[in-house]
Amino acid sequence: MNFDFTEEQQMVRDSIARFVQDDYDWDTRKAIVASDAGMSRDNWQLFAELGWLSIPFAEEHGGFGGNIVDLSVVMEELGKGLVVEPYFPTVVLFGGLIARAGSEAQQAEWLPRVIGGEMLGAFAYVERQSRFALHDCHTTATRSGDGYVLNGEKVVVFNGEQADHLVVLARTAGAQSDRDGLSLFVVDAAAAGVDKMCYPMMDGQRVANITFTDVMVSVDALLGEEGAALPVVDAVVDAAIIALASEAVGIMGVLNAKTLEYTKTREQFGVAISSYQALQHRMVDTMMAYEQSKSLLFKALCEYKQDPAMAAETIHALKVLIDRNAKHVFGEAIQLHGGMGMTDELDIGHYAKRLMMINTTFGDANYHRSRYIETTYAA
Amino acid sequence: MDTAYSAEDLAFRDEVRGFFEKAFTPEVMKRLRSSDYKEAIEDWQKKLYEQGWIAPNWPAEHGGTGWTATQKYIYETERSLAGIPSVVPFGLVMVANVIIAYGTDEQKSYFLPRILKSEDWWCQGYSEPGSGSDLASLKTKAERDGDDFIINGAKIWTTYAQYADWIFCLVRTDNSGKKQEGITFILVDMKTEGIKVNPIISIDNHHSLNEVEFNNVRVPAKNVVGEVGKGWTVAKALLAHERTGIAGVADVKRAVRVIKEVAAKEENGGQRLLDDPGFQQRLADIEVELMALEFTELRTLATQAAGGFPGPESSLLKIKGTELQQATQELLMEIAAYYQGVLPTDLDSNALGHEFATDARRSYMYGRAATIYGGSNEVQKNIIAKYVLGLE
Repeated sequence: MNFDFTEEQQMVRDSIARFVQDDYDWDTRKAIVASDAGMSRDNWQLFAELGWLSIPFAEEHGGFGGNIVDLSVVMEELGKGLVVEPYFPTVVLFGGLIARAGSEAQQAEWLPRVIGGEMLGAFAYVERQSRFALHDCHTTATRSGDGYVLNGEKVVVFNGEQADHLVVLARTAGAQSDRDGLSLFVVDAAAAGVDKMCYPMMDGQRVANITFTDVMVSVDALLGEEGAALPVVDAVVDAAIIALASEAVGIMGVLNAKTLEYTKTREQFGVAISSYQALQHRMVDTMMAYEQSKSLLFKALCEYKQDPAMAAETIHALKVLIDRNAKHVFGEAIQLHGGMGMTDELDIGHYAKRLMMINTTFGDANYHRSRYIETTYAA
Repeated sequence: MDTAYSAEDLAFRDEVRGFFEKAFTPEVMKRLRSSDYKEAIEDWQKKLYEQGWIAPNWPAEHGGTGWTATQKYIYETERSLAGIPSVVPFGLVMVANVIIAYGTDEQKSYFLPRILKSEDWWCQGYSEPGSGSDLASLKTKAERDGDDFIINGAKIWTTYAQYADWIFCLVRTDNSGKKQEGITFILVDMKTEGIKVNPIISIDNHHSLNEVEFNNVRVPAKNVVGEVGKGWTVAKALLAHERTGIAGVADVKRAVRVIKEVAAKEENGGQRLLDDPGFQQRLADIEVELMALEFTELRTLATQAAGGFPGPESSLLKIKGTELQQATQELLMEIAAYYQGVLPTDLDSNALGHEFATDARRSYMYGRAATIYGGSNEVQKNIIAKYVLGLE
């Protein structure tokens, strides 16, 4: 039994931490978020050179051959710096779907391009009515000649503004909420009939609502088996939830450290406010929230590494706990920073907003608590 | 023990309800949410002035309504349930009550009518970068120079200073004694030379907060309210003034209603969110606390209506009220799901698919401040510990 990270993992961690410290200070990040593209292509190239984009992919496609723990380390460190470059949508989602569902030929076509930083990707799965139910899908893909025709709309597509290629979840058979009949397609974001409405999110992401009007794709665009996409998507989403939980743990650690530091320097009534027992206990509570989150993340990592199917219950539990603890931690961080915590200038509120988006992505605590109950209390 | 309203009170409620239905049109509501906010709220306040209802808490001789405590409660409840914002408090609620209690006849006759007619926009200069919860440690200095004071220093978190014609300030006129002594309450014309307003963008991406710098700002000594050096007493009277309504019970009730409306439209996998047991439990928890808080507020009201001074029950109104406000804001944000993060752009929110999410995000983010301003909830608990429980 050990919860140590390997030397290699420690090196990756150090390398990202150094990048954040040296090249991604708060003003730099602000400038990137405010820029036209909302991200830095130079940084993306640097990520490719440093091997970060290759972490979860198999060696035969040029990947690092990393496991879920390696991915977790990357996400935790990117989280600490609130890095907005689209690692999650491109590597974890787009790349994750290709790696899991793609044929040898499709993997050979796409993964080297992801790893080399030559393209940005996105996963188009949310619809207006779908909320957190991945299978609630109106978008259709109809067989036509030797390809498919896509029609429908996806909303809040992470990295939808910048992505060159999309993996689109579409219905090839069945009714709106059927679990069967869903398929995945790789679609060129510049293809005829693809229209984007782009907008910024509070956590610095650029997203898009994307409509598909008679978009023609070849049969080669089908990713995995027709009509059987849901289990594949669920598996990739499980890994994505662990990745987001890792990011959240990184952020919670930063918020706790910053809040502790602030209360030691902020003086009221002639003393540092950290000297008040009432506030000390609250910082003890947020420390415990952080450690508990980390523990459950470790459980999920151990199980997933052994067998992804083993982690199913824990992943629901993790989403519940991260949601609850993240809210607790950022709420206290803002409160204990007082008026300063309310300003856009300080980073505290921005960490809070990223945690809020992490909480809602792929289902909030309420949703996953219900899924947990369904899974574990089933007769 | 009963809570039934008298026939007069019921008639009054119907009158208030009728007026709001007629006067607070969708156009008024729309303007208040636009960038036209300042003019919109001033116009709305002028409408209330014409109706004679602009200052329920003022004594009748200065332009108040002469309502009973119960009528004031009914009025506030109806206003809130109708989704009507309260009046901007800095002039009508805060400084006006100080001027009425401590002002000279000259101050009363000049300022009060202008406040009633919303001719001046006021802001509050209390907090300083180094003085938040420990307000009495404030350092902004006012030095006597003939008939004037010269003010130097800075105030922070000044809501709507960018619109303000006047600011009421606590300044230090004497450093020799205890820190609560030597503080003076003074009114400053924002157009005076040496005042600089620096915007602070808050986490809801809006500009309502500011820092106000004072650089050799010359203010006539006749603008002092109360005695020089007695500003702390004046300020405390202001803070103690408005007890009822601070819990925001009616606002929370309205928020619960909105939550039920939107949760009935939101679906997850074909099931209405409102029918989701987990969601129902969370909403029920809020409603249970809200029911109790409403009666805590009514207990305070009953004491006041009987001419008494509210007891310990009133101390928890701000703490519990703000906690419940934040709980409803959080739930609304969660209903918005992915859309909670959408920042406003030129794009139409209906086209994007998030009719209520932008409002939800703003009120959630700015709502974090409710447990910080007006004496943080930590300070409120200290006050209860000291003055209610008698702990030292």
